[in-house]
Amino acid sequence: MFDLLTLQQYWWFLISLLGALFVFMTFVQGGQTLLYTLAKTEDERDVLVNSLGRKWELSFTMLVMFGGALFAAMPLFYAVSFGGAYYVWMAILFCFIIQAVAYEYRKKPDNLYGERFYETLLYINGSLGIFLIGVAVATLFTGGNFIVNENNLSYWTMQSYGLEALLNPFNVAFGLMLVFLARMQGALYFLNNVAVDSITQRVKKVVLVNFSMFLVLFLYVVASILFMDGLRYDPNTFVVSVESMKFLHSLMDMPILIGLLLIGVLSLLYGVFIALTKNAQKAIWFTGLGVVITVLVLFLLLGLDYSAFYPSLADIQSSLTIQNSSGSQYTLEVMSIVSLLVPVVLLYIIFVWRSMDRSEITIDEVKSDAHHY
Amino acid sequence: MEHTEVLVDWSRAQFALTALYHWLFVPLTLGLTFIVAIMETIYVKTGDEKWKSATKYWMGLLAINFAIGLATGIIMEFEFGTNWSNYSWIVGDIFGAPLAIEGLMAFFMESTFFAVMFFGWNKVSKKAHLLSTWLVAIGSNLSALWILVANGWMQHPVGMHFNPDTARNEMENFWEVFLNPNAVSKFLHTVSSGYVLASLFVIGISAWYLIKKRDTQFARRSIIVASSFGLITSIFLLTTGDESAHQVALNQPMKLAAMEGLYDGEKRAGIIAFGVLDTAKEIGDDINPFLVSFEIPGALSFLGYHDLNAFVPGIDDLVKGNEKHGIMSVSEKMQKGKVALAALSDYKTYKKEGDIAQASKALQTFEANQAYMGYGYLKKPEDAVPNVALSFYSFHTMVGLGTWFLILFLISLYYSMINEMHNKKWLLYLAIATIPLGYVAQEAGWIVAEAGRQPWAIQDLLPVGMAASNVASTSVMITFWLFAVLFTALLIAEVKIMLKQIKIGPEGH
Repeated sequence: MFDLLTLQQYWWFLISLLGALFVFMTFVQGGQTLLYTLAKTEDERDVLVNSLGRKWELSFTMLVMFGGALFAAMPLFYAVSFGGAYYVWMAILFCFIIQAVAYEYRKKPDNLYGERFYETLLYINGSLGIFLIGVAVATLFTGGNFIVNENNLSYWTMQSYGLEALLNPFNVAFGLMLVFLARMQGALYFLNNVAVDSITQRVKKVVLVNFSMFLVLFLYVVASILFMDGLRYDPNTFVVSVESMKFLHSLMDMPILIGLLLIGVLSLLYGVFIALTKNAQKAIWFTGLGVVITVLVLFLLLGLDYSAFYPSLADIQSSLTIQNSSGSQYTLEVMSIVSLLVPVVLLYIIFVWRSMDRSEITIDEVKSDAHHY
Repeated sequence: MEHTEVLVDWSRAQFALTALYHWLFVPLTLGLTFIVAIMETIYVKTGDEKWKSATKYWMGLLAINFAIGLATGIIMEFEFGTNWSNYSWIVGDIFGAPLAIEGLMAFFMESTFFAVMFFGWNKVSKKAHLLSTWLVAIGSNLSALWILVANGWMQHPVGMHFNPDTARNEMENFWEVFLNPNAVSKFLHTVSSGYVLASLFVIGISAWYLIKKRDTQFARRSIIVASSFGLITSIFLLTTGDESAHQVALNQPMKLAAMEGLYDGEKRAGIIAFGVLDTAKEIGDDINPFLVSFEIPGALSFLGYHDLNAFVPGIDDLVKGNEKHGIMSVSEKMQKGKVALAALSDYKTYKKEGDIAQASKALQTFEANQAYMGYGYLKKPEDAVPNVALSFYSFHTMVGLGTWFLILFLISLYYSMINEMHNKKWLLYLAIATIPLGYVAQEAGWIVAEAGRQPWAIQDLLPVGMAASNVASTSVMITFWLFAVLFTALLIAEVKIMLKQIKIGPEGH
């Protein structure tokens, strides 16, 4: 059908797309951290939780799907990173385990720990969970301490099992950047989804504050990426070597990514602009598009143009590339056929989203629904 | 890259803990989604609002259960990477595919339509809502399909070959993996067990209302739906259970022997209907494995091989070998396995040195002994035997309880058809007491399936000792306890919330 490299690139694209869609969906997590910022009364808070409650499973599923796609298409990454940066991934998982129950149990009578407890779980998921995911993704740029042996079995060289990534300022900035982005997106989502004036009046300030923080971190992160050393591998010998300003070179090699990046950034800025000036409900669609495109470009930069998408700090030749860590040709072919389902799934998600969100959510609606969160 | 036993034990303990917790919630979801869909269908057909409130009530309990099912489920997927990273590489090329397909085909369907099912009553049309409810049921059962395709493959690996260059197994035929008879029987048996558990759940809770003499019409209707559903699916559960045992006999004879506590193989082997194992029994000695036992003659030969006179190998035959029946001993398999591993390593070395002739010779040796590669990792022949007591007792618990459930469905369907159920206090109490037994049977089933195939992560190919991640055992110990505390705390909250909702009842909705 297609040659192996094409399949590997296709799958890297799909993984990038899933990652991008997941980052878009983190408006759910961002929203979870705003329950006491945007809402001042219990009724208001219930509206926020219920508004997010119709979407949280989608963000959860996106994360699960991202993991599944990595496992099927890049099993060596799955083995090396999850089994190596053990503490980081485990901490991320704990942050998501607590999310799943919090919505359902928060308002239920006899829930043992009380409403505030479950709201705290939502806050942890929304802040720490997203921060750690950001740190983990940032290590795709900065690397991990692993060694892969001749049988492709791997181990981590540091007993901190991934937590050492927190000492790198770039990783931390990346994580914080995602948190502020998620919070801004959360506020914009409420602007779109909730019909409670007192809440929408508070959105502007939250967007402004979180966007400013995001912008500073984003500029730092992008500048770092453009000027940092990257790893390039030789397409014939697969030997990996350091190249200064690798990602800048890759952008030059793939000018379409520069164009996409500009569209993404402009779309995001336009969304923020109309939110701040006009309280525009549709702002999230522009910022959302901007987020998806920008994250997509960052992931594509990591995997394409003979980059190592997961550098090893312990042994440079152990670094992972889409060519040395992927599934076999046959499996990638099978999975490519399965991937034809992706547009079908996206279509029914959009259809359901539209029919469920035809009108904005109100306090009365939440109160009259026997099964509310 | 050998692992310490402590690390492997903790890794197994953590996986077992998370799987057993996860499995407390999944079967109810598998079945209750269908029961709810059936009730809503009756509502849409008849327009009777009482059926709508019954639907909504059971849906409410479903949601409480569903949330914690998701919470405990996400961890399972990622644990293959975090705790079984060697496994993830060695078989990820086959194993990853069904997991990804599960996400794409099933999880999105479940999560998208779940929101419509709960919040869409006034937002979409009646028919669109009904369709959403059915799609949630189908979605959750589809996810069971793909995860059991993956699990079935671990029990009976097919459709792949070992690639010595990448040092992993690679998929060769997707359809063989998908239509693996072991996976098919496992899927059918597992989902039908979920339907049975959900039926027990509905009948038991409804029985409580009848005892309390409240919400009686709702309770009677629920019992009729659940006992019909339970009876049909129990019969199905029995037949698929028989097929599962047949598959075990064909592909995992050691597991079958352990399940039945059979040490000396025989023709016309019987099934122990009831037995107490003698803990002094060792492999190869002459002690009777049972202190007390009651046996149904010929039944094991018949169930396992569909032939009364078939020879069923026992643990001793499988460990020591049995020439008459063409069974190779474990020590011989271990020898061949070690030859294969050494040849693989030689192949790598020669290839690196560029010695093509020697490399291809090593490869030939490897291929001749490849089938026993997994045995090359074992330390002693006895390591090939799973824990007999665990396998035996959990298997017998599962079968015994399954039989009781069938009887309960028969009786409760009969009495509710003649409208006498509410007068049979003993039956109502029995129905309530059977709910926890349903969970016991579920967990026992998983223990048979998973503990019974030890030491293998992948049958005959990869022992668990080789499959684990190379992390410090203390790290796994820490996360084990964190999981234990967190899941227990959540479980207690879940049970409390559930009980409160039952007390509030359908009218409170």
